Amino acid sequence: METGTFPTQGGRKPLGIIQAGLAKRKAAETRFKTYGIVAIAAGLVFLAILFISIVGNAYTAFQQTQVKLDLYLDPDVIDPEGTRDLDVLSGANYAAIVRSGLQDQFPDVESRRDRRALNALVGRGATYDLRATVMAVPDLVGETLTVWVPADDDVDMLLKGNIDREAAEEGRRLSDQQLAWIDQLESRGRLAKRFNADFFTKGDSREPESAGIRGAVVGSFYTMLVTLLLSFPLGVAAAVYLEEFAPQNRFTDIIEVNINNLAAVPSIVFGLLGLAVFINFFGLPRSVPLVGGLVLTLMTLPTIIIASRATLKAVPPSIREAALGVGASQLQTVVLHVLPLAMPGMLTGAIIGMARALGETAPLLMIGMVAFIVDIPQGILDPATALPVQIFLWADSPERAFVERTSAATLVLLFFLIVMNALAVVLRKRFERRW
Amino acid sequence: MHSSRRIRRLLIGLSAVLGVVGVADSASARDYISIVGSSTVYPFATVVAENFGKTTRYKTPKIESTGSGGGLKLFCAGVGVRYPDITNSSRAIKSSEVKNCKKNGVTEIIEVKIGYDGIAVANSKKGGKLDIARKDLFLALAKHVPDPGGAKGLVANPYKTWRDVNKSLPNVKIEVLGPPPTSGTRDAFVELALEGGCNEIDWIKAMKKTDKKRYKAVCHTVREDGAYVEAGENDNLIVQKLIANPNALGVFGFSFLDQNSDKVQGSKIDGVSPEFETIADGSYPVSRPLFFYVKKAHVGTIPGMKEYLAEFTSEKAWGEDGYLSDRGLIPMPATERRQFAQSAKKLQAMN
Repeated sequence: METGTFPTQGGRKPLGIIQAGLAKRKAAETRFKTYGIVAIAAGLVFLAILFISIVGNAYTAFQQTQVKLDLYLDPDVIDPEGTRDLDVLSGANYAAIVRSGLQDQFPDVESRRDRRALNALVGRGATYDLRATVMAVPDLVGETLTVWVPADDDVDMLLKGNIDREAAEEGRRLSDQQLAWIDQLESRGRLAKRFNADFFTKGDSREPESAGIRGAVVGSFYTMLVTLLLSFPLGVAAAVYLEEFAPQNRFTDIIEVNINNLAAVPSIVFGLLGLAVFINFFGLPRSVPLVGGLVLTLMTLPTIIIASRATLKAVPPSIREAALGVGASQLQTVVLHVLPLAMPGMLTGAIIGMARALGETAPLLMIGMVAFIVDIPQGILDPATALPVQIFLWADSPERAFVERTSAATLVLLFFLIVMNALAVVLRKRFERRW
Repeated sequence: MHSSRRIRRLLIGLSAVLGVVGVADSASARDYISIVGSSTVYPFATVVAENFGKTTRYKTPKIESTGSGGGLKLFCAGVGVRYPDITNSSRAIKSSEVKNCKKNGVTEIIEVKIGYDGIAVANSKKGGKLDIARKDLFLALAKHVPDPGGAKGLVANPYKTWRDVNKSLPNVKIEVLGPPPTSGTRDAFVELALEGGCNEIDWIKAMKKTDKKRYKAVCHTVREDGAYVEAGENDNLIVQKLIANPNALGVFGFSFLDQNSDKVQGSKIDGVSPEFETIADGSYPVSRPLFFYVKKAHVGTIPGMKEYLAEFTSEKAWGEDGYLSDRGLIPMPATERRQFAQSAKKLQAMN
């Protein structure tokens, strides 16, 4: 080969060969880039569609149609003996009080049939609210309260445009007469859409107008608490042992392979395991956050162990060697020098694992957390559901007003997930050190 | 190694904590009613439970929707606070389930029939209202049907449009959205509609006595060539799909038809529309009774059991104008209601 010139091929100049192929290579590159951009754009479009449809359905759920009524807390109805005994107050006929409050607005409605139709405009939620108010302050009996009470879900749907006024009367859930009453109440300023605080402060209900997500949020909180308290220490301990202390032999290899496999096991399998071990063997009660947390611990442990080991691996050996060199024991090296440096990465791993656990329904199905639970759980041994479960249950309810609530609850779940992921990013950005 | 001992100690400590919690809990009583069972009864039982929880001093019962079979399995697993107190069911308890219950010590079971549920075959209001016979449903949806040529024998279902099945029906492609085999609604639809239609073909009906297995296979197998679309357990989804596709029919519970009567209409079956009154008097052919079963041994141990029974069997709940009828439950005739309310009050167990 001569020096200073390129080898020739078939007598053509090397520059000619390069130029001949250049356009093709450039085109291939442009094509490849376009594929990438199209893929990302498609992803973004789907994300946008998802968000627009959820937000579009959800935003109306943050308002609820309410009726302003003057309710006379008639002592003869609530507490005829005047004992103010909680048992009496608890069983009183509050529906009658709400009904008479509504009938005061339309004194000319006489027949039983019409009265029934009129009463249907106010949801049962109003009765429950009134009972709770009186139970909390028994001295209110005998007074007249002017309160906004939730209207029935059909009225709510009408005001939000989900019931067609023009549809034929027999197919409509509200009669012409009821529409007239609604219009009258609205013109008197006694019917309006107001902020739906109940959605955030109440538990589940079969009345859409008084169904809220608080029970599910609290249930999710307790479940996540158990998961975090168990999976983080266990996961970190396992990772530290495997990474810093364990001898390299066949046994630890098998453990390592199994941990990696566990991370890929479908979550329903952990639910089955939880049912067999925690409920059937240990005899823990069904549907409680403790069991849910244990099951989700099993599910998140592999994720945390793998993430923790990765961050431990990233701590440079020079740190360990320096500590050992000045006479620190192995334990001191790990606890005082390696762990603090690896901690932000471990926390990030834990948060990502928790975020995944927060969105799980499948394992909870097996252990009975997919259930109708009205009371807000007070601890990890009270029956509870979780947010994704609540979404699942509402999506399956016949009442139309649950459609917007399903979307609203999804929005709340997404909000929590975004907050958790953002926290993970912030932790990583602020505390992670690069060597 | 020093640290591994420490980790071992931690693990032992944790499992000890779990053990203590477990023991402590199974020893203490449960103060709320635990209910499992049918997803069809779930929308009704939850309304009663909520009303019960909010008008008495007792806690609101916990209700899981596990399906009728799953519920009875849990229910029959034993007596004690760990096991459910009540199970809802969209069919009567089977003798094999009673046996299983007995084996586990659940000997006294109170049966309460709560009312009826109709299964609607509906389409969008944009389409015309159909009048379908059960026989047409069988011919349109079964996997194997009698040879249309008239010979006595079965062929793979050849029908493409409703007109192929019956000349009086519109010339529209057969497309039925319905629940998957895991659903109780599907079981009931197959049993009442398809088997009902099956029985109108004499030689197949005769087969019931001679070859019961084959009879069941013929009458209960739904075609899998795309005419019947399994649309999942979510009935709301079926309603939405019907609105989008006016040519399709959907199969779902009456309560969903009731809630969406402005958008979809129920087809007449054998000339009868699915309406409150027709289901109540039994003239609508695709309807079934709903039940719940109570563990008598738990009455008195779990607080509020008697009161829950009283609430469910009260006229204001399951009566003609009760709040359950607002939710689409079809009440029983008054005499039947009185009879079941009585046996619930007396805690009369089945024999």
